[in-house]
Amino acid sequence: MTDVIHGHASSTGISNVKLGMWAFLGSECLLFGGLISTYMLYRGRVTGGPRPSQIFDIPFTSVSSFVLLMSSLTMVLAVSAAHKDDDRKINLWLTVTALLGATFVGGQVYEFTAFYKEGLGFSTSLFGSSFYTLTGFHGVHVTVGIIMLMSLVGILKRSSVPGKKAEVVEMIGLYWHFVDIVWIIIFTLVYLIPV
Amino acid sequence: MTTNTADTTHEKQHGMSDAGYIRIAIILAAITGLEVSTYYVDFGVLFLPALLIMMVIKFVMVVSYFMHLKFDNKMFSFLFYAGLVLAVGVYAAFLATFKFFIQ
Amino acid sequence: MAIIERPAPTLPAIVTPTTTYGVLKRPVSATGWRSWVFTVDHKKLGIMYGATAMFFFIVGGVEALLIRLQLAAPNGKVLNADLYNQMFTMHATTMVFLFVMPMAAGFANYFVPLQIGARDVAFPRLNAFGFWAFLFGGIFLNMAWFLGGAADGGWFMYAPNSGPVFSPTNGVDFWALGLQITGIASLTGAINLIITVLNMRAPGMSLMRMPIFTWMITVVQFLLLFAVPVITVALFLLSFQRNFGAQFFDVAAGADPLLWQHLFWIFGHPEVYILILPSFGIVSEVLPVFSRKPLFGYPFVVFSGAAIGFVGWGVWAHHMFASGLGPVSVAVFSLTTMAIAVPTGVKIINWTLTMWGGKLWFTTAMKFAIGLIVLFTVGGLSGVTHAVAPSDTQQTDTYYIVAHFHYVLFGGAVLGIFSGFYYWWPKVFGKMLNEKLGSWNFWLMVIGLNLTFGPMHILGLQGQPRRMYQWTEARAGEGFFNFAFWNLVASIGSFILAVGILLFLINVVITARNPQKAPLDPWNARSLEWMTTNPPKEHNFDVIPTVHHLDDFFHQKYEEDATTHIMTQVRTAEEIMAEQERNAEKHIHMPSPSYWPIVLAFGLPVITFGLIYSHLISVIGGVIVLFAAYGWALESSTAPDSDFENNSPGSGLDKVTANHD
Ligand code: HEM
Ligand SMILES: [Cu+2]
Repeated sequence: MTDVIHGHASSTGISNVKLGMWAFLGSECLLFGGLISTYMLYRGRVTGGPRPSQIFDIPFTSVSSFVLLMSSLTMVLAVSAAHKDDDRKINLWLTVTALLGATFVGGQVYEFTAFYKEGLGFSTSLFGSSFYTLTGFHGVHVTVGIIMLMSLVGILKRSSVPGKKAEVVEMIGLYWHFVDIVWIIIFTLVYLIPV
Repeated sequence: MTTNTADTTHEKQHGMSDAGYIRIAIILAAITGLEVSTYYVDFGVLFLPALLIMMVIKFVMVVSYFMHLKFDNKMFSFLFYAGLVLAVGVYAAFLATFKFFIQ
Repeated sequence: MAIIERPAPTLPAIVTPTTTYGVLKRPVSATGWRSWVFTVDHKKLGIMYGATAMFFFIVGGVEALLIRLQLAAPNGKVLNADLYNQMFTMHATTMVFLFVMPMAAGFANYFVPLQIGARDVAFPRLNAFGFWAFLFGGIFLNMAWFLGGAADGGWFMYAPNSGPVFSPTNGVDFWALGLQITGIASLTGAINLIITVLNMRAPGMSLMRMPIFTWMITVVQFLLLFAVPVITVALFLLSFQRNFGAQFFDVAAGADPLLWQHLFWIFGHPEVYILILPSFGIVSEVLPVFSRKPLFGYPFVVFSGAAIGFVGWGVWAHHMFASGLGPVSVAVFSLTTMAIAVPTGVKIINWTLTMWGGKLWFTTAMKFAIGLIVLFTVGGLSGVTHAVAPSDTQQTDTYYIVAHFHYVLFGGAVLGIFSGFYYWWPKVFGKMLNEKLGSWNFWLMVIGLNLTFGPMHILGLQGQPRRMYQWTEARAGEGFFNFAFWNLVASIGSFILAVGILLFLINVVITARNPQKAPLDPWNARSLEWMTTNPPKEHNFDVIPTVHHLDDFFHQKYEEDATTHIMTQVRTAEEIMAEQERNAEKHIHMPSPSYWPIVLAFGLPVITFGLIYSHLISVIGGVIVLFAAYGWALESSTAPDSDFENNSPGSGLDKVTANHD
C-alpha cells in the first residue's frame, strides 16, 4: 500500500485555506479602515442636501443591524452542523443565513431609495459620496456572501464539494462574520454617533 | 470522508456548543439593545465612551466566539490582529493629521 | 570536483494524470504552449513573471530615453508638453508596478518554495491567477496610449491634476482601473506566499533558519497584504469621482485634496520597501556565497528587515512636507523618517562585515551586489537630507528628489535584481550567463547610472524642477552649475545605461545558444534551492529535505573541525544529489494545471474596460468572472487520486487507498 504525496500540502497540519482566509480578512481591515476614515473625515461636510442626523432612521437601521447580527448566529450554527456532518441542518442554517442577509440588503436598498428621495444623491455632498461608498462597499460584501451561501447550498445538494465540506462551510462563515463585525463598527460610528 | 474521531476532536477544538452560541447571541442582542437606547435616553458625557466600548465588546465577542479565534491556532490571531491593529493605528494617525480629534 | 555517476532513476518519482475531470476536462499537456498557459507550477510562473517584467522594463526604459532626449538640450522638441506628461507618468508607473514588483514576484515565486524545501506554493491556482491578472492589468494600463492618451498626472496622481478638468482623456481611468487589477494580483500573491512560508516549510526549517531572501520576501508580502488595500480605496475614490460624480477631491464642495495624498503615501511609502527589500534579500544571499563566509549577524539582518517593514508605516507624510500639514505633523514625520535610516544602516554594516576578511570572488553577481551597497548608500544619504523638513522644502519637486529615488531604486532595487539574474541563471535555465559580457554589462550600467543620476543632484539644487517638459537657456546658470552641461551629461549617461542593459539581453541570447550546461553547484552555494537539479524537476526535490542548520546545504557539504573550527568539505553536491535520487519519494501528485486562473483573470480587464466605455461590456466581464469562479470552486487543486492511476508506475500494485483532502 503506497501513500500518495501531495505537492502542496501543509507541513504544520494547519489548513492553508484557513490561514489564507485570515490573512485576507487582516487585509480587509485596511480596506474598510480607509473607507470608514474617509467617511469620518467627510461626514459633516454638507454644502447642499441633508445632514446625516436629518435623514438617518435609527429605528429602521437598528432592526436591519439586528437582523445581520442574528445571521451570524445562524451561520455559526451551520458551521457547527458541518462539523457534525449533519447535512440537513447545514442546508437549513445556510439558507436561513442567506435569507437574513438578503433581508439586510433589502433594507439597505430601501434605505438608499428613501435617502435619495429626501435629496441625498451620490454627488450631492461629500457626506453623500462617502456615505454611499462606505455602506455600498459593505452591501456588496454582503451580497457576495449571499451568493456564496446560495451556491454552497446548491452544490451540496447536487454533489460534494472538492476539499473538506466542513472547512468550506467554515471559510464562508469566517467571511460572513467579518462582514458582520464591519457593520457593528459602521452602525456605531456612522449611525449612532450623531453629526 | 471524515471519521468519528475527527468529530470529537472538533468539538474540543471549538470549545462551544450550540447552546453556547445562542447564549453569546443573546448577549450580543442585549448590548445592541443598549446601544440603540442611547438614541432615546440621554447618557450625558458617558454617551460616546459607552457607545465605543459596547462596539468593541460586540466586535471582540463575534471574533472570539463565532469566529473561534479564541480557541484556534495563534497564527490566525496574528494575521488578523496585525491587520486590525495596523489599520487602527495608521488611520488614527491619518485622522489626527486632519485635526479630527480636536475639533 | 569529481563527477559522480548518477544512477538512472528506476521509476519516475512524479506521476501525471493523462485524463482528469473538473467541471470540464482539465488540461494535462506537459509540453507546448498549453503547458505554459494553464500551468500552476511555481517555477514556470516565476519565469513567466520574469519574462513579462523584463518586457515592461524595456517599455519603461524606452519611455525614459525619450524623456532624456527631450531634456538633453534647451527647448526640447522631441515631445510636446502633453506627451511629456504622459511619458513620465507611464515611465514611473511601468517601472514600479510592471517591472520591479513583478520581477520581485518572479524571483519570489521561483525561489521561496525551493528555499524552504517545499514542492509548490500553498495555492497553486491562485498563483497562476496572480500572474495573469498582472499581465492583463499591465496590458490594460498601456492600452490607454492607443485610446486617446495615457495617464498624465504623475505616478502619484495628485488631485486636482487627476480630475477631468486637467486630465480630460481616459488615461487616468485606465490608470486607476489597471492598478486595481495589478493590485488584485499583488494581494493574491501576498496571501499565497505568506501562507507558503508559514505553513509549508520542510521539517526543521524554523523561521530563524530561513534564508534571508525568503525572509525579506515574507516581509514584503506582509507589506503588500496591508498596503494594497489602502491604494485600492484611494483608486476607488478616484474612479468614483471621475466616473460617477463623487466629490472626494472637489475642493469647491469642501473636499480636502490632502485626502488623496495621505492615502496614496500610506500605501506609497511601504511600497518603496516593497521595491527594495527583495533586492536586499538577493544581495544577502549573494554576498556570503562570494565572500565564502556566512552572512554576518543573520538575526540582525532579519530583525532590521522586519523593523523597516514595521516603521515604514509611520513615515508616509514625509512626502508631504511642503503641503501645509502643520508643524506638529511635520516634526513627527521628520523624526520617524530619520529613525528608519537606522535599520537600513544596520543592513549596510552587516553586508560590509560579511565581506570583511572573506575570500572575495568577483563574479558578475558579486559586482552587482557590491554596486548595490555603494549606490544605495548614496541614495540613502540624500534620503536623510530630505528627512530634514526645512531642507526638504528646498528639494521637493526638484531634480534632487529624482536623483534620490533613482539611486535607491536603480542603484538599489535594479542592481539587486541583476545580481539575482547572474547568480540564479544556472539554477533556472541550467546554463551560466557569460561572465565576460557580464562584466561589461555591470560596468556600463554603473557608469551610465552615475552619469545619468549623479548630475541630477546638482541640477536639483540649482532649482531645475521635475516634470517640466522644457528648460530654457535663459535660466541655465553659469559655469559649473550650468544646466546645459549637466543635462547633456545625464542624457548621454542614460544611453550608456541603455547599452549596458542591451548587453544583458545579448548575454541571454548567447547563453541560450551555448550548448554547455552549468555544473550542479557552480558557486559552491549555501541554501536549499541549490540542493536539486539545474533546472529543478517539476516536484523540486526527490526527497523533502530535513533541515538542521541555517545554510543547510552548505552544512551538508562541509563539516567543522571541533578544535580548529576549520570547515572541510566532506561531500560534493553531486553525491548529495545521487543519494536523494536513490531515496526518491514516489507517487508524488503535483497540483494539476487548470483553465480557470487565466479565464478568471481575463474577466477583470473586460469589466474595467466596460466601466470606461459601456456598462454592458462590464456585465459580460462579470459573467466571465462568475463562470470561472464556479469552475474553479468545483475542481480540486490537485486532480483526484483516481485520475493518476492508469498512469502511475506499476499501477495495479498501488491502488490508492488513502483518501487525501
Ligand atoms: C534611508 C532611507 C530613506 C529615507 C530617509 C528617505 C527619505 C525620503 C523622503 C523624505 C522623500 C520625499 C522627498 C520629497 O518628495 O520632497 C523621499 C522620496 C522618495 N523616496 Fe526615499 N528615503 C529613503 C529610502 C528610500 C528607498 C529605499 C526607496 C525605494 C527603493 C525610496 C524611494 C523614494 C521615492 C520613489 C521617492 C519619490 C517619490 C516621488 O515624489 O515621486 N526611498 N525619500
Ligand atoms: Cu517615503
